[in-house]
Amino acid sequence: MTIKPRHRRFLWIGAGVAVLAVAVALVLNAFQSNLVFFFSPSDIAENRAPQGRPFRIGGLVEDRSLKREADGLTVRFNVTDTAKTIPVVYTGILPDLFKEGKGVVAQGKLGPDGAFHATEVLAKHDENYMPPQAADAVSRAHDKAAMDKAAKTLKN
Amino acid sequence: MIPEIGQFALILALLLAAIQGTLPLVGAGKRIPAWMALARPVAQGQFLFVLVAFACLAYAFVNSDFSVLNVATNSNSQLPLQYRFAATWGSHEGSMLLWVFMLGAWTVAVALKSRHLPDEMVARVLGVMGLVAFGFLLFLLLTSNPFDRLFPPAADGRDLNPLLQDPGMVFHPPLLYMGYVGFSVAFAFAIAALIGGRLDATWARWSRPWTTLAWSFLTGGIMLGSWWAYYELGWGGWWFWDPVENASFMPWLIGTALIHSLAVTEKRGTFKAWTVLLAICAFSLSLLGTFLVRSGVLTSVHAFATDPRRGVFILAFLALVIGGSLVLFATRAPKVGGGGRFEAVSRETFLLANNVLLIAAAGSVLLGTLYPLFLDALNLGKISVGPPYFDTVFVPLMTPLVFLMGVGPLARWKEAKLPDLWQRLKWALAVSLVTALLLPFAAGSWKPLVSFGLLLAAWIVTTTFVNVRERSRGVRGGIVAQLARQPRSYWGMIVAHLGIAVFIVGVTMVKGYETERDVRMSVGDKVTVGGYTLRFDGTTEATGPNYRAARGAFEVSRDGQHVTTQFPEKRVYNAGGMPMTEAAIRSTPLGDLYVSLGEPVDGGAWSVRVYHKPFITWIWGGCLLMALGGLLALSDRRYRVAMQREASAAGGATARS
Repeated sequence: MTIKPRHRRFLWIGAGVAVLAVAVALVLNAFQSNLVFFFSPSDIAENRAPQGRPFRIGGLVEDRSLKREADGLTVRFNVTDTAKTIPVVYTGILPDLFKEGKGVVAQGKLGPDGAFHATEVLAKHDENYMPPQAADAVSRAHDKAAMDKAAKTLKN
Repeated sequence: MIPEIGQFALILALLLAAIQGTLPLVGAGKRIPAWMALARPVAQGQFLFVLVAFACLAYAFVNSDFSVLNVATNSNSQLPLQYRFAATWGSHEGSMLLWVFMLGAWTVAVALKSRHLPDEMVARVLGVMGLVAFGFLLFLLLTSNPFDRLFPPAADGRDLNPLLQDPGMVFHPPLLYMGYVGFSVAFAFAIAALIGGRLDATWARWSRPWTTLAWSFLTGGIMLGSWWAYYELGWGGWWFWDPVENASFMPWLIGTALIHSLAVTEKRGTFKAWTVLLAICAFSLSLLGTFLVRSGVLTSVHAFATDPRRGVFILAFLALVIGGSLVLFATRAPKVGGGGRFEAVSRETFLLANNVLLIAAAGSVLLGTLYPLFLDALNLGKISVGPPYFDTVFVPLMTPLVFLMGVGPLARWKEAKLPDLWQRLKWALAVSLVTALLLPFAAGSWKPLVSFGLLLAAWIVTTTFVNVRERSRGVRGGIVAQLARQPRSYWGMIVAHLGIAVFIVGVTMVKGYETERDVRMSVGDKVTVGGYTLRFDGTTEATGPNYRAARGAFEVSRDGQHVTTQFPEKRVYNAGGMPMTEAAIRSTPLGDLYVSLGEPVDGGAWSVRVYHKPFITWIWGGCLLMALGGLLALSDRRYRVAMQREASAAGGATARS
């Protein structure tokens, strides 16, 4: 039995579509499992951050919170969005523009000790520049504070 | 005075671009020779005024005219001359001016090198490029005027970001823009062909060398950017899947698909509509890249102060260009006839698969780059898509592509036979498999991923060897004479494909065998990476033209023998007080030894990064080979001869009429 050229073309197109569908499925699956979500210290305080899955935090490095351990490489500091604060542990070399009182974004996991174990502290490239995720965390905390205050004033 | 001349020149350039973008296009439609003839002189005039504007801005930067806002915010009197000049494109405004300048340069090149083309075609191509230039000039003048004055003038400038004070700044942006903007030529040819309804093989032949040239520049630009990030950012990575990098990588992927599909259209007359669509996509992605990088939606060294007006303007422009050209494509493309028929197994099919894979790759990069931005814009939360996603997606997509790269060039056009291909390639496959299995042992330890990467590289090399040997057979003369007789475009392909092999070796070896150690080192401490032992000899004070630095000394030895001493620096720039890490790198073809200073810890000790990166220079070497392959293909005799023949034919036709 011979296949007509027209049918054969349909077969090829069908095979192409099938391959494409598999590729799309693979891409979307990889995408889904590699999304990194962002949480502010307030989100973490409200237990909204996932356990055991890496995510990013952002905020300001709290003044006078940077401590270095004896090995010279492990550092501890607090990240705050002005409302809530979370302790961060990181082993490695901090980027050039890491400073107390300035914005920071870090990626890592929440440890059982309640501290955020960072695997990466993200570099920024300009010292006047505030990472938008950090800025966002702070402004959300500010908005919330303003709302709470307004609510209180209304109640009184 | 000089800045006002520059501003005035920009306004004149805008007016000329308006003429260039309208009269020749209308003239070509209504067959008015005088209007069509305007295209060349107006385009040259437009470029001349942009050149004047660019020179004025460069003059203001070189002479530190701090009464110009742009200069005051991006330069400093202590800045060395070459960086004062490069600071011309170190700001948002300046880099957009560079964009327009490059566009003008490409336009003039097309105007000068198109004598062999029909007048209507030239008028349409230059007209389309004029419209693009008009959009960008308007953008410059309305939202990002580089000549804005500052009153009272600043006493001194705020300085160029220290990360940008590097020779990379002098070369990377111009090269990259040459590539980005160069795709506008392929785009203009595609649109001109769509308007004129002349979508045949001649169209492909005309636009092919321009596309190859733009692609070569883009390859070189991306390579320089990657190399620069590696040695300047101080943490030894060469590609971060950062949105800004992706913005340049997407046009590269589509551009690569385009140069392959142009080859099919030129040689076989098929894929016509497809090629036009790719040309539109390549330039659209260049524009999208400009939007992403310049609008401030991204956070990186490339993003400048955010101004929502700018983002909205570029977005509107983007929508207009992409939407307009796609509508044009939708109305005109169905009229394009199919080309020569081809069988399921043929070189056409393999090139089609190449295109599909490259587009899928570009699509997955687009998804990873834009999805977080969409979510953010819609206030649905902030997420990021990291390197793991891109790594997971890219290897499966690139593997079949590399496999096809070996088979495609050996397959016949129209119809190829699988048993025949198998006969010709079985030895290449066997040699590649054996090499890939054994070679990792020579490197010290056998790892499956290293073996796999080497298999891909070996496959390219062995199939290329088969290809060259088959080509040289049947030609008379010695081996050298046989090989010299092959056209340069053929050698261009060979060199570019070998470049991919070199690139794959680099990536595989770095990923497989790199050692990265962050350590605390006191004076006299030793650390060993990749067989090298480094001894920290302390730091000394050093001063540069516009910075102070702590300069570390590391004595490097191997098996007790002194090799070299490396001097990484931790700099603090005078103008902004911004700290910066300057890594010390010892490069050899077999690997780099990378040392950078972290922070002083206590008592003269420092935290230090010590990396060994085997074969990392092969990554950029491979890119360089790809770019050179493109240039080699361009120098092919065929283009020059074709140009002369068409020129004389056109001359003859005029004489007869």
